[in-house]
Amino acid sequence: MQNYSADDKFIRELDPKDHEISISTEDLHVFYGDSEAIHGVSLPFERFKITALIGASGSGKSTYLRSLNRMNDNIDGTRVTGKIMYRDLDINSQNINVYEMRKHIGMVFQRPNPFSKSIYDNITFAPKRNGVHGKETLDELVETTLKQAALWDQVKDGLGQSALSLSGGQQQRLCIARAIAMKPDILLLDEPASALDPISTSTVEDTLLALKDRYTIIIVTHNMQQAARISDYTAFFHLGNVLEFDETSNVFQRPKITATEDYVSGRFG
Amino acid sequence: MHDDIKDSLLKKSRATRSEQRGRIISLTCTAIIVLIVVSIFYFVASKGLATFFSNKVNVWDFLSKSIWNPGSTDSHGSPQAGALPMIIGSFGVTLLSAIIATPFAIATAIFMTEISPNKGYKILQPVTELLVGIPSVVYGFIGLSVVVPFVRHTFGGTGFGILAGTFVLFVMILPTVTSMSVDALRAVPRYYREASLALGATRWQTIYKVVLRSATPGLATAVIFGMSRAFGEALAVQMVIGNAVLLPHNLISPASTLTSVLTMGMGNTVMGSAANNALWSLALLLLLMSLVFNLLINKIAKRGRI
Repeated sequence: MQNYSADDKFIRELDPKDHEISISTEDLHVFYGDSEAIHGVSLPFERFKITALIGASGSGKSTYLRSLNRMNDNIDGTRVTGKIMYRDLDINSQNINVYEMRKHIGMVFQRPNPFSKSIYDNITFAPKRNGVHGKETLDELVETTLKQAALWDQVKDGLGQSALSLSGGQQQRLCIARAIAMKPDILLLDEPASALDPISTSTVEDTLLALKDRYTIIIVTHNMQQAARISDYTAFFHLGNVLEFDETSNVFQRPKITATEDYVSGRFG
Repeated sequence: MHDDIKDSLLKKSRATRSEQRGRIISLTCTAIIVLIVVSIFYFVASKGLATFFSNKVNVWDFLSKSIWNPGSTDSHGSPQAGALPMIIGSFGVTLLSAIIATPFAIATAIFMTEISPNKGYKILQPVTELLVGIPSVVYGFIGLSVVVPFVRHTFGGTGFGILAGTFVLFVMILPTVTSMSVDALRAVPRYYREASLALGATRWQTIYKVVLRSATPGLATAVIFGMSRAFGEALAVQMVIGNAVLLPHNLISPASTLTSVLTMGMGNTVMGSAANNALWSLALLLLLMSLVFNLLINKIAKRGRI
């Protein structure tokens, strides 16, 4: 791989007057033990838009995404410095109630990870823990979230069946439904379609596009066509730095940085 | 025309011969083990069933009568072999010690896997392994010199009895149940925990609703394993239970278990006599119970796999 300078970067500024920023990071560093995985990333994420994080394996995009709702807290020896601004609060500070924060910043993982419970119980798991009760309320919640995740028609007659009996794509949409059942502001997705076949991938993509007008979506993807298809903004990660952040059409058609151009045209990655 | 490769395909080589040898050796070893197990079963069964067939003891009487004096006969002329006191004693200490040990073991396992894996691994793991290695006579001796006086002072009576046996067995099965519970919790995939945490669940909610729920079959196996160990333990229990073949009136009156009567009586009977056969019947009962425990474990393991 060619060496690209980390100083050679282009980060588009989003003017707060024209763009409502949902969450942003300022000089975010992530350390695993002594090694630094993310070298100071500052990015804004606009509300009700899809932002794609692309880059080669090991470029730090998943690590960055996992810091946004502090899932890296659970890994021993991980340290995150810098600011994560959400509603004018730095949620990367000690006094933040992490459990409350994660209710507003939901996450869907690379591998579909439904609980070995029924479909119904998977969706009501988090709401029930948060004091949502009453059969009617929960029934309605299950129906609306499954509809939003485009899964309702396929499972409405078998809500009691085990979530593990679903296909991979259905499981992943169930995980999306489970995440939006908490009505989060922001949805983080870590390569949600990488374990799925093309047809399931396209249904998941359609689901995300349909969810866009209600949620701010940040998605890590290996698949550049996917990023081009669904995202409004794209950030290109390289070795723990963001080298380019811009509107998706610019990143793919008129990249300003050589590294980005080489990556999106398939010269490395 | 002569074809070397064709010839070699039809001949036996060193590789095929050594494979055959290996297969014969492992088959022989397996066969010997199976044979030993079958012979033990046959021997214990033939001796144990003699009580019912040669000495004409009614099976129901054996299980439900409470007078144990197999050397002498009752008014019908059959030996007085009522094993109920021992059956109650055995099940009593087993169930009670499992009931006390389970919460401790699961709490310890949760601490070791979920709350403080580092300390758990460095301190608790070696401690647990050490506890497993202590010989049962040492446990019995400690029970005799510490637990029995403690029970006597606190609850009255002689101190010997089911309660003292329960305390000793509790400590003995705790490490077994703990280390198996740890294995069960570690087997819960990490992405289950992450899924739950990412939904805003607290650590306790994650442990209680997700980790423990999906580890339930493994935890049940751990408890049953502990119970089967408690059920079969002889020496330590015998030292603290009082060894009175009477129906226990309470937890602090001297009692006995199947194993303690066996260890006490086996040297004092003549092979082939009714008294000796009656002891074999107790052994058969023990064997059948451990079979039941094993079947239970298998059944749970199968259910957990689905």
